[in-house]
Amino acid sequence: MTLPHSHDAPVALALRGIDKRYGNVQALSAATLEVRPGTVHALLGENGAGKSTLMRIAYGLERADAGAQFVWNDRVRVTSAAVAIAHGIGMVHQHFTLVPTMTVAENIALGGHGRLDLAAVARRVDELSTSTGFALNPNARVETLSVGAQQRVEIAKALVQAARILILDEPTAVLAPAESAELLRWVRAYADAGNAAVLITHKLREALSVADDVTVLRRGRTVLAARRDDVTPDTLTSAMIGEELNGTRAKSSAGDSRPRAASEAVFRADRLTLSDADGIVRVRDATFEINAGEIVGIAAVEASGQRELLRALAGRLAPASGVLAHPSAVGFVPEDRHHEAVLLNRSLSENVALRGAGARRGMMDWDAVGAQTERLMLEYDVRAESAHVPIRTLSGGNQQKLVLARELELDSNSERALVVENPTRGLDVRATAEVHARLRSAALDGAAIVLYSSDIDEVLLLATRVFVVFERAVRELPLDRERIGQAMVGAA
Amino acid sequence: MQAPALRRDSVAWELTRAILVLLAIVGTTVLLLFVGGYSVSSGLAALWRGSLGSWYAFTSATLVRAIPLMLTGVAVAIAFRAGVLNIGAEGQLLAGAAAGAAVALTLGGLPAAIVVVLALAASAVGGAGWASLAAFLRSRFAVLEVISTIMLNFVALYAVSYLVRGPLQEPTHVYPQSSTIGDAIHLPRIVGAGRLHSGLLLALGVSFVAGWVLRRTAAGFRLIAAGESPSAATSAGGIDVMATTTRTFLVSGALAGLAGGVEVLGVTFALYENISPGYGYTAIAVALLARLDPWRVAVTALLFGGLEAGAGAMQRDAGVPSTLVTVIEAALILAVVAAGALRRRSSFPASDTSPITA
Repeated sequence: MTLPHSHDAPVALALRGIDKRYGNVQALSAATLEVRPGTVHALLGENGAGKSTLMRIAYGLERADAGAQFVWNDRVRVTSAAVAIAHGIGMVHQHFTLVPTMTVAENIALGGHGRLDLAAVARRVDELSTSTGFALNPNARVETLSVGAQQRVEIAKALVQAARILILDEPTAVLAPAESAELLRWVRAYADAGNAAVLITHKLREALSVADDVTVLRRGRTVLAARRDDVTPDTLTSAMIGEELNGTRAKSSAGDSRPRAASEAVFRADRLTLSDADGIVRVRDATFEINAGEIVGIAAVEASGQRELLRALAGRLAPASGVLAHPSAVGFVPEDRHHEAVLLNRSLSENVALRGAGARRGMMDWDAVGAQTERLMLEYDVRAESAHVPIRTLSGGNQQKLVLARELELDSNSERALVVENPTRGLDVRATAEVHARLRSAALDGAAIVLYSSDIDEVLLLATRVFVVFERAVRELPLDRERIGQAMVGAA
Repeated sequence: MQAPALRRDSVAWELTRAILVLLAIVGTTVLLLFVGGYSVSSGLAALWRGSLGSWYAFTSATLVRAIPLMLTGVAVAIAFRAGVLNIGAEGQLLAGAAAGAAVALTLGGLPAAIVVVLALAASAVGGAGWASLAAFLRSRFAVLEVISTIMLNFVALYAVSYLVRGPLQEPTHVYPQSSTIGDAIHLPRIVGAGRLHSGLLLALGVSFVAGWVLRRTAAGFRLIAAGESPSAATSAGGIDVMATTTRTFLVSGALAGLAGGVEVLGVTFALYENISPGYGYTAIAVALLARLDPWRVAVTALLFGGLEAGAGAMQRDAGVPSTLVTVIEAALILAVVAAGALRRRSSFPASDTSPITA
């Protein structure tokens, strides 16, 4: 794979040979990015491929272990965001960095130095509104603005600081389709004016529609760098998910636990529509059935609606419309274990007792809970001094095994159902294998399991069927790594 | 149930803490007396005389003061355990005192035992009612209870001030206080213990039941879970966190209100402005020193009751301002916080608040 630029060609922003290690995770190894002046550059990759890390290094929020950075052909050492800004680099984060109770002008004035002249800032905002076509009211309070408008404020913040290289992290993830199109048109015009924009995205179609150049990261390495005209959705998908394993993994998982004949539906959704806490529709008109003994894998890039889908299946979110039939008690292993699954300061027994605590009456039989906890610890190989130590003293893997045990085993219900979300995140290899084995054996015992993982390989390893969630739609796909990968990013 | 190794460590920690607390008391007292230019020996002697030096001092001063501290201390402890930062025990106590006094004064014709029960019930309802204002603001508008309860303390203070100059003022309209409650309606004294009244049994009972509810009942476990992590309690436990915390808030207010009623029927026999020397505020220290465990509150309330009684004696006998004891109380809290920090850094397990180990 040849790089389209030699190192002598003019660059707006270049990162060469960047290494970054967090603990024993190599987030980036010799990652490279070359952004030409006057172009929009799409930076693609799966979750965890290293896109955000690379851009945080470019913007001075992280320090690289090795490698060099160039801005407008000059070697620079970006040691902080302030240095990046001084070099004309701006970044629009996926999660906005605005103060909601302040006005647009005040937010834009943040990060300035010396005397605060709000009138001057307001004039500057008006100029920007004219030059960019963003309709920004300097006196509007940010919390009253739509998400799209807040994003325009973020961009304006960077532009006020004279950013000529703008990094946008998943800018369309939070936008409605019309707003996305408008934003991408603006990005195009910004680049055409001689600036440069880096667009971090999962969405292939978006990348291909607006970008001049494309760089793909996979597991911290630059695996593809090409002009837009030289790539197709297929080549990009292969680069993103890797070809070496395609097909083989899917087959191995399909062999041992095919759906049983005469299995019955445990979950049944009919034209199910789900909204998030802000009332924004996240899943629309989903219709499916999930049977006993199945592991249904959910594949999706971030913020595609899977979060809401999982919570609805787990009985933690009521449908906005449509029908969702699920068992009365569904086990749920959420991604954010520390906030949603355990009481960190309480003992293992108390954490086991937490399941069903809302409906319990009368006395707590702590002796029985303790015995039950010891049984679960034995069965699930949870390593702890006793059932009475605080769960925070356990390793992540042991905490997760206890949560899994609690959610799987404590049902008197004959219809066992479990929803798991990134069940092995942060776990080591051994704990990961144990969790996988538990999920498989539970399915063989007739449990209906819904598994979401941001690692498509984990989905393919375990799932007997796969649903892809993309832009509010849920659809089933065959166990084909490439087709799933494409569907996740809207390329198929 | 408990692993032996853990139990030994817990006992070691209990002792360490108790020693730290006593050292903090003696050390701070000596230091403050010395710095203030008072006679250290006569100050310490007065502190001892006023609190534990005689049977009379122990029962009529220390224990009498421990009663309202115990009730408000339990009120604060259960609220904090549920994640409700109710620092309005003082206001709830005053509301309870006013309600109790009003009932005791207006229902004088009924049999005495019935009036006592009704007056205490009214004081609990009054305290819960006062807390319900903050509880409503919290659940409906997410108003921070830290702010609303402390503000309501002042409202309660001035409301009592109004009552004893208006509707509840004694018939001659001279003194800013209510009429005196008839002897028959007083809480019975404990025989052979001076001014000590049977409110002590009530306070001990409340402390015992509250600790038992937290340790042994499903409702108590919900309360702890809701306070520990509202998100996990909701998601993993299916607990209605808002209902749990609101209910706890009201019970907390009821207990603080009960303290006010007990004070009126057992000690002051009338409603007047300065009926509480800040019991509701000291209660926060009592609860924190007890690490929010109602059983331990019974002990720490006794300690603080002794300190407050000794402070009075120091002022009378050695001319030491009683505010010195407030400084000692604050130093105690610092000592406890330091002990907690020490423990988190050491390898001792944090098992002491578990229902099984506690």
